[in-house]
Amino acid sequence: MAEFSLPKNSRIKQGRTWPKPEGAERVTEFRVYRWNPDDGENPSVDTYYVDREHCGPMILDGLIYIKNTIDSSLTFRRSCREGICGSCSMNINGANTLACTMGMDEAGGDSIAVYPLPHMAVIKDLVPDLSTFYAQHALIEPYLKTETPPPEREWTQSPEDREKLDGLYECILCACCTTSCPSYWWNGDKYLGPAALLQAYRWMIDSRDEGMGERLDTLEDPFRLYRCHTIMNCANVCPKGLNPAKAIAKIKNLMLERRM
Amino acid sequence: MADARFARRLPERPLSPHLQIYRFTWTMAMSIAHRVSGAAAYFAAPLLVLWLLAAAQGPEAYATLSGIYGSWFGIIVLIGVSWAVIHHSIGGVRHMVWDATIGMDRRSRTLWAQGTLAGSVLLTALVWLAVLIWS
Repeated sequence: MAEFSLPKNSRIKQGRTWPKPEGAERVTEFRVYRWNPDDGENPSVDTYYVDREHCGPMILDGLIYIKNTIDSSLTFRRSCREGICGSCSMNINGANTLACTMGMDEAGGDSIAVYPLPHMAVIKDLVPDLSTFYAQHALIEPYLKTETPPPEREWTQSPEDREKLDGLYECILCACCTTSCPSYWWNGDKYLGPAALLQAYRWMIDSRDEGMGERLDTLEDPFRLYRCHTIMNCANVCPKGLNPAKAIAKIKNLMLERRM
Repeated sequence: MADARFARRLPERPLSPHLQIYRFTWTMAMSIAHRVSGAAAYFAAPLLVLWLLAAAQGPEAYATLSGIYGSWFGIIVLIGVSWAVIHHSIGGVRHMVWDATIGMDRRSRTLWAQGTLAGSVLLTALVWLAVLIWS
């Protein structure tokens, strides 16, 4: 049975409100989840005010502003700041997305709530432990599997076959989809989650890949694949506009075709 | 350095909030409603069995049960049950369409979810309108 409430050590306490930057005319309020492994306290939500005149337009800009000028202990992952590395995925105003591609004004409201990706073990502040997520990606064997001897030059693919990978290869493994899925929340140790399954489908339909049978065998399991109940949160949040729910439905169809 | 850092056991990592902070979407809400209505329909099935049993028992038992089912409380429960069955059925159609990988884009999937709710309310109202006219 799914555990709907948070364990005792995870309940969020009232945090501290940091002073508004001096002389700021236009500020945006940030309410940010904090947890420090070193002080033995429960998580809390701190309030910060970002001076919009001295800050870029994106949520990530706001977090960097906070870290640089207000509270250097704020911890989060970030790298490319242009939506391709997938590091700054977090829950912003109740939906998972990338902090670097979501504008402060776009997020809506006077206050922006920033939490780590949902239902994950927190390492510190906005940094969740993604080891299981990566292990699940490794399980689907995200590489070309072939039996025929390698050609003298590269494995070729027609433009039509290459097109089949559109809407799949763009995945940046940010984990927004997987951690938005209630089914993954309740069964994340056994269900592979939308990101890993979208990747599985990406390799299944690659014209150069010859491992379809084994790939289907890996997923033929009441939990790994079939815990997807088409809740569609994955497709709703994907910052790259992909549709993992559809990829999963297509894997289910491939399973059916194989049986018939 | 490293020894000093690991000499002390780190506290157990907290679980980040999920249901507590997640913003509801139409598809998510209708998925939950599908579960709830399915469970409600399941647990309401004995009501139908009771009704059949009473009918088989004879006019007296049937009249007693009809009295209970026809009371204001009984009617409210029956309206709820009929809505649950209808909602779950339309939800089943929605899932069948989605299983055929149709109607899964952003606009369609929201429309399907909204349509499930609107359709179930409308059909339930029609059923009870028919009951009103017939009885």
